[in-house]
Amino acid sequence: MQLAVSTLLSGISAGGQYALIAIGYTLVYGILRLINFAHGDVFMVAGLVVIYMTASMPLYVALPLMVVFIVVLGFCIERAAYKPLRSAPRMSVMISAIGVSFLIQNFATYYTGGLARFYPEIPFLYDSVTIAGATTRWVTIVTPFLVVALVLLLLLLINKTKIGLAMRAAAKDFETCQLMGIKINSVISFTFVIGSALAAIGSILYFTNYPSIMPQSGALPGLRAFVAAVFGGIGSIPGAVVGAFIIGICENIVKVNPTYSIFSDAVTFIILIVVLGVKPTGLFGEKVTDKV
Amino acid sequence: MSDKVLLSIRDLQVSYGGIEAVKGISFDVREGEIVTLIGANGAGKSSTLRSIVGLVKPRGGSIVFDGEDITGADTTGIVKKGVTLVPEGRRIFPDLTVLENLKIGAYMRRDSLQEDIDWVYSLFPRLKERSWQAGGTLSGGEQQMLAVGRALMSRPKLLMMDEPSLGLAPIIVRDIFSIITEIRKRGVTILLIEQNANMALQTADMGYVLETGRITISGTGDELLSNEAVKAAYLGT
Repeated sequence: MQLAVSTLLSGISAGGQYALIAIGYTLVYGILRLINFAHGDVFMVAGLVVIYMTASMPLYVALPLMVVFIVVLGFCIERAAYKPLRSAPRMSVMISAIGVSFLIQNFATYYTGGLARFYPEIPFLYDSVTIAGATTRWVTIVTPFLVVALVLLLLLLINKTKIGLAMRAAAKDFETCQLMGIKINSVISFTFVIGSALAAIGSILYFTNYPSIMPQSGALPGLRAFVAAVFGGIGSIPGAVVGAFIIGICENIVKVNPTYSIFSDAVTFIILIVVLGVKPTGLFGEKVTDKV
Repeated sequence: MSDKVLLSIRDLQVSYGGIEAVKGISFDVREGEIVTLIGANGAGKSSTLRSIVGLVKPRGGSIVFDGEDITGADTTGIVKKGVTLVPEGRRIFPDLTVLENLKIGAYMRRDSLQEDIDWVYSLFPRLKERSWQAGGTLSGGEQQMLAVGRALMSRPKLLMMDEPSLGLAPIIVRDIFSIITEIRKRGVTILLIEQNANMALQTADMGYVLETGRITISGTGDELLSNEAVKAAYLGT
């Protein structure tokens, strides 16, 4: 019982953290049909920035400042690496994304010397709590509620506001959007801003659980989040969230047996392949109609 | 109708990847007029409209709208000045509701939209009945009505339409054209291109025949309807 509770808790918590990254993948894919490979690395930078900032300022200043910094970073990446390739074939943009990913990792290695850095202990989130006999940190409890709240806020933004209307329209047809007087580049930038902000918030939760940060630390959670987005049906926000929770829980169930814990990622991918075999567009995927 | 020229095209040239689609055409659209460009597939009609609204950059010539040179300007800027295009194939947003499709047509406006929504609903009562339906679930004719309604929501001075009758039943085509006349009464100037020359010329004040990128015949709608060459090539009479 205690084991089941703690497994489920860490599964939900990991899932929630993946969800916040996965939304960034799915939003960008929805509008640009681009898999933004740099997204996981932006997530890693969010962790490093907090470490460097807390050396000279208190946490309550560093964390909001970090979110702002990451938002600006996401915006700049889009403007510098993707916007100039707007009319280029999709493959070129993808290569550009991979390039940005390497660039960020290299910069991180340059600044950290390739050594692991340790995330500061955030009061409250880092504190222990015992539920049904299972001991965990508050971050585990907070994550799912925060994720649900943020997702509801995001859905409200997308379904009820003018910019949300433009985002939904842009996901279908750039040219007609321009005819409506919509500045496509602003809509795309806004999408990157939201995705980056969510990844920044996710990083606070994730690195409280896994406090050691290396330049490659963004790759694995980024990859899992990307898989979650595909699993849920890329382009769909509820899909990304549900997919992320499923992957987080599966991963932690496999990890229960220490002998097999090393295979947790492989098992996750096998489940993904099976699901995609049955439902090629993912759980909540849109019908496969290519952009006209 | 006034004598003020709203849109003035001079020696417009448009090419796509080395192919000259429009080879130096000139024409004027006066305020309050309905002007039509007719011609076969590939005559350069769509290219003309697309270059006016900035979706393709002209290779040469000038486009002056409301006294301002808009040649090569970007689409959002041109739309802001009061030009709108109902694109070929309607291009409504299939996932947005009918009402959202109308609202997005007024994206640049910050004032109240209710009056215009009511007007569009009075022009197309069908849209009102279906205001909560996704645009993609409408029939072809209804989608065309929605595309026209959406364009009107920006309160355009110049409404351009690319083949509004394409793929629609004759009875619906008649509806659409009677509504075009209705829209003109509101002071909106209309430039439409059509393969359905008969309907277009009956409705239009001025008509131009486009053949392989050049204007070959021009005149009032009635003149063109009785022109022997037009009759033979486009009216099938």
